[in-house]
Parts: sequence; structure tokens; C-alpha cells
Amino acid sequence: MSASDLSIAQPHPQGADAIQKIGLSLAALGLLVLLVAMAGVTFEQRTLFLSIALGGILVGTVVYASRKYMTQPAGIKNNGVMHKQLTNRGVFGWMIGIFLTGFYVLLYWFPYLFGTGDKTNTGLVALFDPLSNFLNGGKADEYFVYGSVYSLAVLSLGIKFMLKYRNNRYQFTRTLVVILIQLSFAYVIPEILKSLQRPDASFEMDIKNFWPLKFDFFDGDNLNAMRKNGGLGMLFLVAGVLGFTVLAPIITYFTGKRWYCSWVCGCGGLAETAGDSFRQLSSKKLVAWKIERWLIYSVLIFVVIMTAGVLYTYFSGKGEGVSGPLRSAYGFMIGSIFSGVIGVGFYPLMGNRVWCRFGCPMAAYIGLVQRFKSRFRITTNGGQCISCGNCSTYCEQGIDVRWYAQRGQNIVRSSCVGCGICSAVCPRGVLKLENGPEQGRINEDPLLIGLLKQNKD
Amino acid sequence: MAHIVIIGNGISGVTCARLVRKRSDDEITIISSETEHFYARTALMYIYMGHMKYEHTKPYEDNFWKKNNITLVHQYVEKVDAKNKNVTLKNGNSIQYDKLVLACGSKSNVPDIQGKDLLGIQSLYNYQDLQNMEINTKGVKNAVILGGGLIGIEMAEMLLSRNIHVTMLVREVAYWGGILPEEEAKMIGRHIAEHHIDLLLGSELSEIIGNKSGSVKAVKTKKGETIPCEFVGIAIGVGPNVSFLKDSGIEIDRGVLINDHFETNIPDIFAVGDCAQFKEPPAGRKPIEQVWYTGRMHAETLAKTLLGKRTRYQPGPWFNSAKFLDIEYQTYGDVPVKINEDEKGFYWEHDNRKISFRARYHAATGRLLGVNTFGMRLRHGVLENWILNKQNIEYVLSHLADANFDPEFFRTYEEEIIRKFNKENNTQLKTVKKSWKRLLQILNL
Repeated sequence: MSASDLSIAQPHPQGADAIQKIGLSLAALGLLVLLVAMAGVTFEQRTLFLSIALGGILVGTVVYASRKYMTQPAGIKNNGVMHKQLTNRGVFGWMIGIFLTGFYVLLYWFPYLFGTGDKTNTGLVALFDPLSNFLNGGKADEYFVYGSVYSLAVLSLGIKFMLKYRNNRYQFTRTLVVILIQLSFAYVIPEILKSLQRPDASFEMDIKNFWPLKFDFFDGDNLNAMRKNGGLGMLFLVAGVLGFTVLAPIITYFTGKRWYCSWVCGCGGLAETAGDSFRQLSSKKLVAWKIERWLIYSVLIFVVIMTAGVLYTYFSGKGEGVSGPLRSAYGFMIGSIFSGVIGVGFYPLMGNRVWCRFGCPMAAYIGLVQRFKSRFRITTNGGQCISCGNCSTYCEQGIDVRWYAQRGQNIVRSSCVGCGICSAVCPRGVLKLENGPEQGRINEDPLLIGLLKQNKD
Repeated sequence: MAHIVIIGNGISGVTCARLVRKRSDDEITIISSETEHFYARTALMYIYMGHMKYEHTKPYEDNFWKKNNITLVHQYVEKVDAKNKNVTLKNGNSIQYDKLVLACGSKSNVPDIQGKDLLGIQSLYNYQDLQNMEINTKGVKNAVILGGGLIGIEMAEMLLSRNIHVTMLVREVAYWGGILPEEEAKMIGRHIAEHHIDLLLGSELSEIIGNKSGSVKAVKTKKGETIPCEFVGIAIGVGPNVSFLKDSGIEIDRGVLINDHFETNIPDIFAVGDCAQFKEPPAGRKPIEQVWYTGRMHAETLAKTLLGKRTRYQPGPWFNSAKFLDIEYQTYGDVPVKINEDEKGFYWEHDNRKISFRARYHAATGRLLGVNTFGMRLRHGVLENWILNKQNIEYVLSHLADANFDPEFFRTYEEEIIRKFNKENNTQLKTVKKSWKRLLQILNL
């Protein structure tokens, strides 16, 4: 046994140590409570068991992660990613993929299995009653459970991410913001505001979830609900319209679409935190890029046509026969199957941004702004690229970053969500996300630095 | 239509082929025995550590070559017949050429010591080395790395990722002492220790000891220490891979001898990259340049000649980069260990963050000659411009923000750096805010 085996700070641990095992056990205990409840068991002492479930997962994950990362010097931690079952489409990867896919299928089409009742809840939903009651004074339903678990995943795995990338202040700051926005704007604030709404006319109150991502914003029911809720409803109506017409394009002009996709958005938040382990699984092939462009712009066109139809029907009262089925088709195919079942369920198989890359109409829309009218770019650093491929491998959006970097070309791509991981994993300091003047931003025929100018054409 | 045959599918050979193909219909054949397709050998370590798979290290998809009408031959070249203009392959086939480009890279140096042929000893340069390393390190608990250069530290990092304890034997009294000034060498030494690598400075290998089955059991240093280990990594540099050219009539010293147009003594035969040796190297350059960037730049220049515009190699200011475990390193211009009498040096290092900045400049004029940074990224174009335009050190330090290339939100150290310089030189320099206007001008955008 060498000295390093005895050291308490062995910087390259293999497997989990005792403290990590305690962390894992805590998280497993929490998960077990959720699974037992999901199996239909209705706990008596719900506050206690819910605390065990949520607290166990949160504390357990943080204990495990801090033990894993804080015992090593800060730096890039991708050792073994391609060797592990979880992160390399192995057995664990497939198991989690099937579990998540199944979860979404149950959530969307068999919600009664979660235990939502007309008067009293049972099972998993009942377990969340105390929390729901605390936040909004009412009982839980399956979407409250979903929102809670979703926020918990962003929080606990977001903290793990921050520990993992603590050497990089861009990553640290961005993740802190995305966690806080998920917890506040997407979870706590809407739940609190819920009690202020009229019970017969409620609408969803995640204020930063803009159309066209929030495709049902212009649904007749939603518009009516906002109109019936006085000032509160008006606030959300105005914010919702100004959000996608004015705010989104203007901020995207200054910072690129990253402000939304990897700093604010809930889907992006989950992808960046819970999905971080799977970013290397996105395909970098040219054919994948081609499929991506066809799919994402089709969805954008679909949502525009669908919404136009819905609005026409809302104002004229006509055309329900066309706009109704269009709206249902979109909700079923895009809203449920694409963004949920595939979007999250396929994390361990196709990478953590399947939805953001191939489907999200919001990403498509501000992506066009980013491509054609924005100050954002990823600058490549002269002649320093060694073509190693870390950047492309870890690009969750499947951009072949290296292709640009090795020819000294700035990366100006509509799909880039500005997560900044390419820059973080680059061993030679070649990539920098930055906002700057439009002049010189797109350099399609770049010159690599290295040779004297007179040696070039 | 000429047939251009390129021996070697590394960065030099492939860059040459690509650039010629862009502007010509010449027939192009690349021959390599290493791998079927071009991959980045700079990423070998990441395959071993599990950051990437082999497929991720290929800069171009496999169908790229066919699409661009570049023929790939996965074979070993046995000999070159310059008189009849053909190369003979190991499988007995021969290929006729009109122009031949030698881009056959390096091979690892082997120390001439007792026990060097035991099992479990190897270098790391090519794909076969990586495959061997997988086999040679299976079940290994202790390893010794010989040599403290870039490949040495990479091998050490690789072994750490498999929980193998590493001892590094370095001849110099400081880590990478031939290249790094003392302060930086010490800082890297501390970082190496932080990763629980035993760094034995000023030590040389005297012998490798084997067990009964012919595998490594231990190494012995010249000081008489015995270090038990089951794996020995040799990282004492590389040299041109030219032995197969011995009887070809091509002039060879250590590498293939070339002029500043990459022309050998035989018409229509050229050499680029690691395997080439300049008869008269460009000012301030070494006769053999063995880094990724120079291989690429050689090829960029030669491609022009092959396309009919005979072009001389004129490299700009030297640059390079590396990563020592978690610390990134960049260098621009020349920063030798010892500076001349008419020059001055300035060094700043953060108290505990392993970040440093060094500049070398001309004492009388203040003209910037070179910069080293650790843990801090700089903009290549800006540094090149400053060095080429003989920018003054005082200007450089006050405008360091223009050169900063760290990610957004990172702490900046320009204030601290300039404070130290002011104190040491009795100056009143102030930092100037980054200006995109200046940047656009400097970068010529």
C-alpha cells in the first residue's frame, strides 16, 4: 500500500468511500419513499416522510458530490465518462432512459396512477399534500408533484454541477442563476400566486415561460382565465406577449440565446443540471445537424400555424373544426411526446438537449436572432487549437466545435445555447464565449495565426 | 494531373492534402500504417482517461476523404525509390508518384540502459502506444515516468485516472527545467505534489530491474534508490521517424534535410512536420520543430508550393500551449530560462491560486519579447501583434485587458500585475479598460 492510499485526500479516488456511501444511501432512501408512495402506499405521517424523501435526495446528493469533487484539486472531471455504464449508453443508461420515459408516459396519460383524487389524494400525490398546503393552501395534484421533483432535481444536481465546475466562474454563476430561477419563478412564486387566482379560472403562472415554448399561452381558456383575473391576469398577459415579441429578441441581440436557454429556461435548467452527465451523447454527425434543422424549423412553423388558427377561432368564433384538432395534435405530438417523453426520457441515450436541439420552437426562434442579428459568438484563439475534440465531444447541442476552432473561425451557430462547456473543457484555452461588435463576428474565410502575413495569400 | 503521394496522415500530411485539394484536381494519396483515418494524437491521453473515444478524436468524418477524393492507404512504407519515383509498401504493392511529401512524424527516444527491453516499458506517441498502454497498465499499482516534459506529465495524468501511483524521475533540478523559468517550474512542481505524484528532481535512471517472467519489477536511480513499479513510461522526447529512408538517396541528418521551402535534395520530394530538419532554420527557430502547430504551418506553406506558387516558410512569433494536470499554460514569443544582459524580466504570481504571468522585454527600449502565462488565457492575435510591432512593456501591461481570453465572470488580475510592476520599477502605470475598437484594429477585422 502506498502513502496515497492512506491519505485522507486521495485526489483520484476509485469507487465510493464511506462518506459517499452514506450520501448515496440517503438519496436512495429518499427515492425509495417516493417509489413506495408511487406504488400506492398512502403514508399517515406525510410531513415526516416527505421530508425524508426530499431531504434525503437533496442532502444525499450534495454529500456524495462534495465528497467526490472537493477532495480533488479543481479542474475538469471527465475521467471515465466513456467507460461508465451510466454515461456511455450502458445498462444503467438504458435503465434510466426507460424509467424516465415511463415516468412521462404515466404522468401524461395515466395521471390517476399517481393518486390525484377529487376530494382526497392517495399515494404519491398525497405525500406532497403538506408541501402544497404550505405553499398555496390547497392539496397537491400530479403536476405539483412533477414540479416539486423537477425543482429538486435541478437544485440537487445543480449543486453537484457547481462543485464539479468550481474552477470555472462562468459555469458556477450560470448554474446558480438557473437554479434560483427554477426555484422562484417556475416553482415557489406560481404556487404562492395560485391562491390569489379565481378557482374557476386558473392559468399557469411561470412568467418566464414564453410562447412558443409555452404553446398553450394563446389557448382560449388560458386567455379567458387571464382576463378574468384582473390585474394579476393582465400582468401575465402583457408579460407573456412582451416577453416573446420584445424582451427575447432584444436580450438575444446583446447576449445570444444563452440568456434564455442556459440561464433562465426550465427545460434548459434541467438539461444543464440533471442532464450534465449525458452531454457527450449528442451526435456530432453532419446528418444529425441536417435532421435537426428540418425538425426544429418544422416545429416552429407548426406552432405558428397552430397558434394563428387558435387565435382566429378565439376572436372570430369560427374554424374550430380546424384549429381544435391542430391544437390537440400539437399538444400530443410536440408538447407531450417530444418535449417530455423523448426530451427528458432520452437524456441517457441521445444527450441532454434532445428537445432543445431538435424540437424547441423558442430555441429555433431566438436561434435565428442569434445567427443573424446578435453580438454573441464563440471566439477561437488564433492558431492554438490542437484538434483534440474535447469541445465537440462535450457539446450538448451536437455542434462540431472543433471544425471551426481548428480553422480559426468564430462559432456563430443558431443552435448554440451558450452553456460554455466547450470553453471549459478545452485544454489549450482556445474558446471564449463573448458579446462584441457585429463587425468581424462572422469570419467565414478565416486565417489561422502562426505564419507571417506576407506568407499568406 | 499530377499524383501527389503523402507519407503520414498526421496533422502535417492531412493539412497538406486538404489545402491542395481545395484548389486543385491533382490525384492525392495519403499512406499511413498507424490508423486508417486521421485522428488527433494530442487526444491520445483523453481516450485512455475515458474523456473521449477514439472516434471522437477524428477531426473529419470517415466519409470526408472519399467526398474530397483523397485516397487513403493503410499500409507501412518500406522504402522510397527516388529514381523511379515510387514507394514500396509492406504488402508488396508499389505506388508511383509525381510529387512525394514526407510527413512521417516522430518516434519516441529510447534510453540506452540495462533492462530497456523488459515488458511493461513504453513511450506514448502513436495509437499503437495507446493500445499497448491499455495492456501494460492492467493491474498495475505503481508506475515510474522517466522524463519531465509534456508527454511525461500527460502519462502521469493518465495513470492517475486509473488510480496508479506515479513517480516521476526528472533529470533537471526543477520540473521541465530546460524550458520553464524557476518560479513556474516550482509552481508546477507544487501542483504535481498536490496530485500525489512523487516528483524526484535531479534524478536519473541507471537501470530497470525485471522479474523472472521478464516484466518490470523496479527501477534503480543513479543515486542508488530502488523504486518498485510494474510500469515504466519513457518520456524523454521524440526524434524524426526516418529510418525507412536510409537508402533512398534523400539527404538525412537527424531528420530529412530541407531548405526553407521544404524541398529535399531530390526534386519533387518534400518533407514537413516532425520528420523534417531545416538546414538553415528561420531566425530564432530550431532545426527540428516538433509541435502540432508547426506541423500544420509547414503544411500550409508547402501546399502553396505544390499548388504552383513556390513559397518560403516564414513563421510569425513563436507560440505554444500545454496543460499540466489542471493548470493551463500559454506562451507567446520567446521566454527562455535565462535572459540576456540587455533584457529584463517581470514575473507575477498569485499567492495561492497557481496563476502566473511573465514578460520578457528589451531593457533599453521596453520592447516586448515574450510572455508566459499559467492559469490565464491570452488572445493569440493580440500577443502576436504586440510582439511583431515591438510594443512597449508599459503599454502591454496597461492594456492587458485587451489580451485577456479567460471566460466571462472570471476574476481578472490586471490590477495586481500592474501594481507589482509599478512597485518594482517605480512607475505609475494604470490599467486601461478593454476596448473592442482597439481589438478590431489589432485583429484586422
